[in-house]
Amino acid sequence: MHPAFSVVFLTTLIGAGQGLFLALFTVESYAAFGLLPAQTNSFYAIGSAIAMILLVLGLLASFFHLGHPERAWRTATKWRTSWLSREVIVLPAFMGTVFLYGVAHWFSINPVLAELPSGASVNITAVLGTLGTVLAFALYICTAMIYACLRFLREWHTPLTVINYILLGGASGFTLAAALAATEAPDVMPLLASWALIITALGLIGRAATLIRNARLKPKSTLQTAIGIKHPRIVQKAQGMMGGAFNTREFFHGQSVALLRSLKWAFLLTTFVIPLGLLSLGLSQAAGGTLLLAFVVQYLGLLAERWFFFAQANHPQNLYYQSVA
Amino acid sequence: MTQLALVIDLNVCVGCHACVTNCKEWNTSGEAGPMVDQNPYGKDPTGTFFNRVQTFEVGVFPNTETIHFPKSCLHCEDPPCVPVCPTGASYKRKEDGIVLVDYDKCVGCKYCSWACPYGARELDEQQKVMKKCTLCVDRIYDTTMTAEERRPACVRACPTSARLFGDIHDPDSEVSKAIRESGGYPLMPEWGTNPANHYLPRRKTKLRIREDELERADNPLKIDSQLPKPGKAEPSLDDVTSW
Repeated sequence: MHPAFSVVFLTTLIGAGQGLFLALFTVESYAAFGLLPAQTNSFYAIGSAIAMILLVLGLLASFFHLGHPERAWRTATKWRTSWLSREVIVLPAFMGTVFLYGVAHWFSINPVLAELPSGASVNITAVLGTLGTVLAFALYICTAMIYACLRFLREWHTPLTVINYILLGGASGFTLAAALAATEAPDVMPLLASWALIITALGLIGRAATLIRNARLKPKSTLQTAIGIKHPRIVQKAQGMMGGAFNTREFFHGQSVALLRSLKWAFLLTTFVIPLGLLSLGLSQAAGGTLLLAFVVQYLGLLAERWFFFAQANHPQNLYYQSVA
Repeated sequence: MTQLALVIDLNVCVGCHACVTNCKEWNTSGEAGPMVDQNPYGKDPTGTFFNRVQTFEVGVFPNTETIHFPKSCLHCEDPPCVPVCPTGASYKRKEDGIVLVDYDKCVGCKYCSWACPYGARELDEQQKVMKKCTLCVDRIYDTTMTAEERRPACVRACPTSARLFGDIHDPDSEVSKAIRESGGYPLMPEWGTNPANHYLPRRKTKLRIREDELERADNPLKIDSQLPKPGKAEPSLDDVTSW
């Protein structure tokens, strides 16, 4: 497939935004049960604001993917069948929840709604945070299922796609949260950085598993099934046009195999290996700058990872466009 | 249930692209708006087409065959492009099984084109909506035309009658008979899309002549037999007549 930068930015930005929100609420949950010291409202409010910025930028990027952005409201109508439509509904719902969560913390509007038998109190932010957590996971699933549900794009049609979207979004979000905590809430930084390390390591396992799986894929469709002629040797002599068409522009990445291969190693290094090193360093030295650098490197790596994710998918329609003449 | 479809006879198609031209002519002049071209007279002209004719060579020289392969939307009975559409612009008509795009609802997100394994959908680069073969839905129900004219433009244009049009759910239709009797097959059956359009395979036309058919079997008196061969020195027909 031809990777569209609108979608590359959309999926990486909202993934990091969701991960950041999950990290914030992880801290709040730990604190609610007394496992961590309570944090200032400004930590949550600033974190929510950064998450909102990422989500808004992602949403903005997605509009560049549409031929008719003014009709975007229509995309919420077919949620019964379309994962894209479901994403369109869940994304604003999640953004609204993050916004309310941030506002509740910023203005310290946090009445206790109930009290658990253990003595822990349930605040309005706890309710919003739980709702946001559910929506964040729903959004990861919707985003990933847009790709994973296409059964003939076999590089995507695997549960690993959903797992990777959750893990990679979570990794970048927790790394960013660790960098934020280094200045805003230093006593939770070790927890967030440790989680970022764990999720990044799990992401590496998930992504490597996908790469290994995809390397072993045998195409189900062949030129023989595409035109229905049983002969081992079929060569295309003409594709019906010489100047290209939507079919030759949308479904081919147009880069060399060598570039794809080097990009694979580049994103494995920048998304996983280097951030793992920087996170360990930042964790041991409590250095906010190192953690921020870890996020920047990891996000750039994720851009490459997402580009590769799209480029690697080999659409069966390409069988019909093997040679011009 | 009706399922309109094309049946394309690869044994007859000569790859003249008349179907492509007539399709473009009819559909670019219709009420749905033009099928826009970019750079039509310059280098690398490109544009929107509902139908293409491709050419494949099968086998190794000298045992090769040239296959001209017309390719358009197959109007799948279980179209994967329809459920993925977030707006409902992409739909399959219940009454005749035609898969259509509502150009006024389409947001141009291209997701349906990703979901079509055949690459049958093309984004119109100017109107920014997804376009595809409509089976000339604005033509086949137009009662101001004669019954003969109420067929898709590509079918009307084909000089060799390689394209048949009809209801594949009606067992007595021309297309059903052609699929049944001439080995019609769908493309990429492995995806379970159940395409309505079918293709008829290349067939070698063989004359089976037995020895006794070379002479008249009903010739009991052996009155006629094979003519004697003329001598080599005798004038041939070319020498004695100017036709």
